[in-house]
Amino acid sequence: MKVDCLLAGVGGQGTVLASKIIAQTAMNSQSFVRTSETIGMAQRGGCVVSHVRTDAKHCSSAIPKGMADLIIGFEPAEVVRNMEFLKPKGRILVNINPIIPVTASLEEVSYKVEDIVKFLRDIRNQVVFVDGRKLCQIAGSPKVLNVIMLGVAIKEQLLPFSKEEMLHTIQEILPQKLIEQNKTALEVGYCFEKYHHDKEAL
Amino acid sequence: MKIKLLMGNEAIAQGAIRAGVKVVSGYPGTPSTEVLEAIARDNKKDIYVEWSVNEKVALEVAAGAAYTGARSLVTMKQVGLNVASDPLMSLAYIGVKGGMVILVADDPGPISSQTEQDTRHFARFAHLPIFDPSTPEEAYDMIGEAFALSEKFSTPVLFRPTTQVCHACASVEIKEAIEIKEIEGFIKDPKWVIFPKLSYQNHIKIIENETKISEDFSKSIYNQIIGAGTKGIVACGASFLPAAEILEYLPNDVRLMKISTPHPFPEKLAFEFLKNLDEVLVIEELDPVVEENLLRMCGKMGLKIHIKGKLTGDLPIAGKYSYEIVRTAIYRFLGEKLPLDNQAELLQIPIRPPVLCAGCPHRASFYSVKMAMKKAKQRAVFTGDIGCYTLGNAKPLDMVDTCLCMGAGITIAQGLQRVEDDSKKIAFIGDSTFFHTGISGILNAVYNETDITVIILDNSTTAMTGHQPHPGTGKTMMGNLAEKISIENVLRGCGVGFIKKSNPLNYEDAMDAVTQAVNYKGVSAVIFESPCIAVIKPKTISHIKENCIGCKKCLKEIGCPAMSIKERKVSIQPHLCYGCGLCRNICPVNAIGGEKE
Repeated sequence: MKVDCLLAGVGGQGTVLASKIIAQTAMNSQSFVRTSETIGMAQRGGCVVSHVRTDAKHCSSAIPKGMADLIIGFEPAEVVRNMEFLKPKGRILVNINPIIPVTASLEEVSYKVEDIVKFLRDIRNQVVFVDGRKLCQIAGSPKVLNVIMLGVAIKEQLLPFSKEEMLHTIQEILPQKLIEQNKTALEVGYCFEKYHHDKEAL
Repeated sequence: MKIKLLMGNEAIAQGAIRAGVKVVSGYPGTPSTEVLEAIARDNKKDIYVEWSVNEKVALEVAAGAAYTGARSLVTMKQVGLNVASDPLMSLAYIGVKGGMVILVADDPGPISSQTEQDTRHFARFAHLPIFDPSTPEEAYDMIGEAFALSEKFSTPVLFRPTTQVCHACASVEIKEAIEIKEIEGFIKDPKWVIFPKLSYQNHIKIIENETKISEDFSKSIYNQIIGAGTKGIVACGASFLPAAEILEYLPNDVRLMKISTPHPFPEKLAFEFLKNLDEVLVIEELDPVVEENLLRMCGKMGLKIHIKGKLTGDLPIAGKYSYEIVRTAIYRFLGEKLPLDNQAELLQIPIRPPVLCAGCPHRASFYSVKMAMKKAKQRAVFTGDIGCYTLGNAKPLDMVDTCLCMGAGITIAQGLQRVEDDSKKIAFIGDSTFFHTGISGILNAVYNETDITVIILDNSTTAMTGHQPHPGTGKTMMGNLAEKISIENVLRGCGVGFIKKSNPLNYEDAMDAVTQAVNYKGVSAVIFESPCIAVIKPKTISHIKENCIGCKKCLKEIGCPAMSIKERKVSIQPHLCYGCGLCRNICPVNAIGGEKE
């Protein structure tokens, strides 16, 4: 099944690892995968974008604008920044907790999450909002937002994989000492509705 | 058959291991770095791997290994090749025995480089063959071909992936190891000594080889002609996949040529391609290398074909080629109407440039130098260098007045000082850069009696490119512990008259060290020692106390990304703070506390 998925976040949020987990899971079901990412000078604090394309042997490694089936946003402003990649009926999954750029604080530029939420709501696509900070607390680590988001994406059928398939990938590619923590994170994401409803998240 | 998800750089590494490479050297530089790292990680401990102190040294180490008949690889980025260009030009004349590949990653954009220079020019300049892979899976196979070609013609071979190949991942089919010749060892022969007479003879030989290699390249599977029509498109390197994908969506008859070996230019193949064409569009990142080759061929063969590309303004002259840039050019060329982009009405959001990490000791170093100069009411010029600390140019620190290339912070300061001596010249350099090209600049300053202060930002690693070892770290890429080379001893050996070590996170002490160093007449140095936050664990984290008066001085002075404004008050995000404590020194009312984790 062909899926073009764009992941957007801020350096340090685990965007690249999440894209690798998606790509490897697709490969495990015999798909030819291409991904493309920004790394290097995008140190902590910079924008990080990963493109993942399945069944992509004869495709560019970057998703063309207007062709992403899905955007997974680890930070609300980063979803807005990449909206032009989304296809007209593409779907969005977004963590609502902002990371305010230091330049915005210095120049006193406003950054209102409410405006972003409203903007995304007004788009006719189905948007799934999650309170990543709260879910991280439940999962017991601030570092597993990426895997929590993948759990939500599977539950909401935004990605064509089962929880078991993704768990298998996590066990395959993560270092032993991180597996238990990420297993919990995937489960918390998968059961996110138990912890908060969409509206509650806002 | 095993299929693995590999990043382009990892695919190249796996391909080099498969091709039996024995010695690998390099200097880290985005987007090339992961090639050497992956070889060090994934080999069966039968390959020697080192991060050399700079690219010139790395290239010479690899060349020496290739003189014995072993296969060797040297890795760097495009600006690194400038450093290594002296041995490169001569090695092209001398040649090699074992296969030697010089991997130089180009950075269109540029995403993290000083220049956008195109390494394909170096290939033409040095008369060396060059490979330009289109995808990670192609790069995996092609690196083996590059070693074979190198041995066939006893010449070093350039390999030039660009960012869109280096940092893309793909499903790569892992194949069986390539069988290679036994290593003969170094055999003494005058041919290894570059003398003028030999150079003249070899110049003739390498030009003759270019013709032969061009013929080989015309038959190479990496260059192809696909489809038919009276209009032609040429796509090179990373531009091939987007071009092919776009043509899939269009009904037009187009002849598409893929060029993955831009020098020596595969003329026979190109002639086949050009036959009966009216118009050609050339799509290649960076400079119009293939475009100019085709123009030359049209002149040589008397062909009346309109060659379009960068020189005709049909494609941008600089920058990375996105899918959309390629699409616009192809649609225009074929006279197709461009589809409208998804014009979502966009919300204004703040920009997010990269910044020094929260807790980064460089922030404290810059700040103490800035405040020391302010306190002394002393005018100063701050010459910067290449590394994470180039980000010290951002507001509010604003502490990088010049930045040119590796090591130039120290030498630019000297030139400035020769003309205007009414301000202090303070050069900043990181530990890895110090070993790379900083030492020679210091020698020059001492011997020529220049009055400058050098601030060495020693965070015990090569932070910018992902924490590679260097002579100051006490580790090698082979995993051995090595005797650390002391920066202080090197400075002393170079004759630096005033040397002071300080921890930049100890604000008073740091300011004092800077003041003393600047007051010294001659070459003085402060070594600021504090490890990169990525290699240590945070000790304490800071928080804003009740007595905060909301003056925002902390935020405005140092611009720490762990700080933000919440309901007109500064707040510190605990999961971002590393507890460096710099903000505690700045708060005028002692409203920032630190607590044990």
